[in-house]
Amino acid sequence: MTMNNQGRPTAPGTIEANELATISGDRGLDHEEPLIFDLGRDGMTGVDLPDVQLSETRLGGQRRKGPVGLPGLSEPEVIRHYVRLSRMNYAIDAGLYPLGSCTMKHNPRLNEKMARLPGFGDLHPLSPQSATQGALALISQLMKWLTTLTGMPAVAMSPKAGAHGELCGLLAIRAAIEARGETRKRILVPESAHGTNPATAAFAGFTIDEVKGTADGRVDMIELEGKLGPDVAAIMLTNPNTCGLFERDIRHMADATHKAGAYFYCDGANFNAIAGRVRPGDLGIDAMHINLHKTFSTPHGGGGPGAGPVVLSAALAPFAPLPLLVHDANGFRLIEDRDALPKGARPFGRMSAFHGQMGMFVRALAYMLSHGRDGVRQASEDAVLSANYILASLKDVMSAPFGDGPCMHEALFDDSFLAGTGVTTLDFAKAMIDEGYHPMTMYFPLVVHGAMLIEPTESESKESLDRFVHVLRELALEAKAGKMARFEGAPRLSPRRRLDETAAARKPVLRWRKKELPQAAE
Amino acid sequence: MRYHPLTPADRARMLAKIGAGSVDELFRDVPQSAVVPLSAFDLPDGQGEIEVERALSRLAAKNAAAGAGPSFLGAGAYRHHVPAAVDHLIQRSEFLTSYTPYQPEIAQGTLQYMFEFQTQVALLTGMEVANASLYDGSTATAEAVLMAQRVTRRPKAILSGGLHPHYAETVETVAALSGEVVRAPVTPGRSEDLASLIDDKTACVVVQSPDVFGLIRDIGAVAAAAHAKGALLIAVVTEVVSLGLLEAPGFLGADIVACEGQSLGNGLNFGGPYVGLFATREKFLRQMPGRLTGETADAAGKRGYVLTLSTREQHIRREKATSNICTNSGLCCLAFTIHLSLLGEEGLARLARLNHARASALADTLSRIPGVSLVTASFFNEFTLKLPKPAAGVVDALAAKGILAGVPASRLMPHDPTARDLLIVAATETTTDEDAAAFAAALKEALS
Repeated sequence: MTMNNQGRPTAPGTIEANELATISGDRGLDHEEPLIFDLGRDGMTGVDLPDVQLSETRLGGQRRKGPVGLPGLSEPEVIRHYVRLSRMNYAIDAGLYPLGSCTMKHNPRLNEKMARLPGFGDLHPLSPQSATQGALALISQLMKWLTTLTGMPAVAMSPKAGAHGELCGLLAIRAAIEARGETRKRILVPESAHGTNPATAAFAGFTIDEVKGTADGRVDMIELEGKLGPDVAAIMLTNPNTCGLFERDIRHMADATHKAGAYFYCDGANFNAIAGRVRPGDLGIDAMHINLHKTFSTPHGGGGPGAGPVVLSAALAPFAPLPLLVHDANGFRLIEDRDALPKGARPFGRMSAFHGQMGMFVRALAYMLSHGRDGVRQASEDAVLSANYILASLKDVMSAPFGDGPCMHEALFDDSFLAGTGVTTLDFAKAMIDEGYHPMTMYFPLVVHGAMLIEPTESESKESLDRFVHVLRELALEAKAGKMARFEGAPRLSPRRRLDETAAARKPVLRWRKKELPQAAE
Repeated sequence: MRYHPLTPADRARMLAKIGAGSVDELFRDVPQSAVVPLSAFDLPDGQGEIEVERALSRLAAKNAAAGAGPSFLGAGAYRHHVPAAVDHLIQRSEFLTSYTPYQPEIAQGTLQYMFEFQTQVALLTGMEVANASLYDGSTATAEAVLMAQRVTRRPKAILSGGLHPHYAETVETVAALSGEVVRAPVTPGRSEDLASLIDDKTACVVVQSPDVFGLIRDIGAVAAAAHAKGALLIAVVTEVVSLGLLEAPGFLGADIVACEGQSLGNGLNFGGPYVGLFATREKFLRQMPGRLTGETADAAGKRGYVLTLSTREQHIRREKATSNICTNSGLCCLAFTIHLSLLGEEGLARLARLNHARASALADTLSRIPGVSLVTASFFNEFTLKLPKPAAGVVDALAAKGILAGVPASRLMPHDPTARDLLIVAATETTTDEDAAAFAAALKEALS
């Protein structure tokens, strides 16, 4: 069996299809659906537009010579196609989605409605600023929520995702170090970090030095202090960390980092565990991105779009990227270039063309106004309570490497409870699919063998948690009892069985191509 | 709180199971001095839907929506009609509230539309492969430059003066870290001499067409000059609808195409979220950033899709990844795919012709106004006018009359004195004859 470098199998065995085949190939509500390119017919369109012919063009001689090659479909055909595709997806609206580190909490529909108000959704980014005062006021309100909740003096709003926010934070750090006339090239990253942390540090031109963890799942303070030195630009730490634990020594780390002349970057992916209770600014953090799509529940949308504003300490605030939002007697104003910068501002550059993910800002502010400070705190407490409830309910049948103490918003298990059973971590996850659940995060964090990271979020009722616990307990007990039936070849009840990732990577087929017509016989 | 299902009784029973006396005990690893009371936060308490909707609607009402009156704003974001079916479909729970398709057996919906998107982008751009989208056109352009630096192992990027200035700044911010970025001087309405800037250290030449002023560039000529010196040609498109009428950059010699896809399926949203299209040649596949979906089969032999070639990506390769990017622009990419599927070959061609026709008519109308001249001899749906006075003041005067007259070039290039009197004007299928007439009348008045 082929494995990837995390020890995860990437190719399935073959299985016998022993179910009754239907004539259509569909199975009740489960419809097979071809690619859009295999549907439709020439000349058809699902949008009625006037057929304007151009007697002359001003295209500089660059007019397209041939067709694009798109299929033609009517509106009902397109709708049916994408509705059928949607039904092949698991979703938080349909069931508990316990992906650790991803925070699959409820996405309120009010937020969708607000983002679609024409004053936000149909607002051009380069409209005269006098015509966008409400939008700028909204951004300003969101900035107040973010800086207040984090206890930080400033926030850069333009980063478009968590990883983009990391880049923004590190570029601010780089600019601050250059402004001091220093050169510092090394960034310390714990081995438990999200992959984006070392990738971003390398992207921003730094070298990465990994810091080991302790037996209780935290950063090794002694090793960290040993690695700090005059060439260290920053440490990048996730807190609560990727094992779902709070870094108890965080203030000590911040002090040691600052003493060495370095900056403290915090990956804020797990801010949802402490929002409304702990302010990162009080912990000595210099920069932290906030995934609005996690803590503040803008929808994940199958992988995006997100938003990753970065809160900044007083030391880094002057280096925040353009555009900057200011407020004066004439109202709100965006500063989009280096002319007329506010006093002390030394922006390191620009993260993207416009002002950030406005659509996500509206949703996040709607979430905040709905929750209020009390609701934000309650959300964090319920998320932590629910994760601890999962930990307490499962640790006798699954193995929890750091299960002696409480966890934060996610409960980490490893695969040692499966040792000798013949059931792999992946089998266990795939069996959950047949039970109607999306699996937890698998094989991450890398510091634990066969990691299974469960984040229930605050959005589940106790009944839902109990049912989930019951299913996982039964699966664990069956695995330990050597009952293989639910695991071998799982999942069996999903739209697809296990897919061959090895074949996909070996001979990549990344797009549809028109089939060559067979040559007519002479 | 309407979103929190746990009751006080549930919480008590859960704490009992855990063996904790209170929630505070669960936070015992947090230094006690770092725990703050609610009163430390100068923020309001929670509100019902009615109150939140009222507050946000008030803010929205203070903005001039593009659809509320005649609007001619473009310069990287365009108002098009998005069919009602698009927004309905992307709000289906199964698309809206799913995560990255890491469990492909229960994420075929997402994976298949991403595969369709990749195919559509490859077809539109005339390239061999495309990824499943990046954040937006500007970040896609920056990623393209970094990729060209990796492929050629050369440091220098040459940016055409016609590249949207915000795109150029986005590129400079990341590409100047390890390389060199040269911005060619800009002459609105003209193509600059890029060939003479290319040397044996040049990784790539970046050309936007139509450029920020709307001028259609000869990508083929620049590509030939770049290739002659071993450099790559990066074509940038900020108005994707133009590819329905203009030759695909891939057929003109582009090695990488970076494109803003907002025009299809996505609203203006005050600048985001948008969707960045990224396409290249197959031989550069392993250097490409971003998420990719590939076709494969499941254990029963059925066709299916998975995320693939993730050995390029951060979660596997960490600091050796081709990019730090961890997401695509999922739902925006879906909106793009559905809109383009609705249009099809015929619909896209009609849409593109209609845009060009509307812009041509508007350019004729406006350039007949005394003192106004057309700067861009060629264009798709956006052109630049030279006014007899500073454009920013004219735009403000027309905005006061409810007409969003276009983007003054000085907003994008405040340091360039030649930009002062230039107005960048866009027309789309949403522009009516009445809009054009109102614009012409108001402009005439403002200039008299």
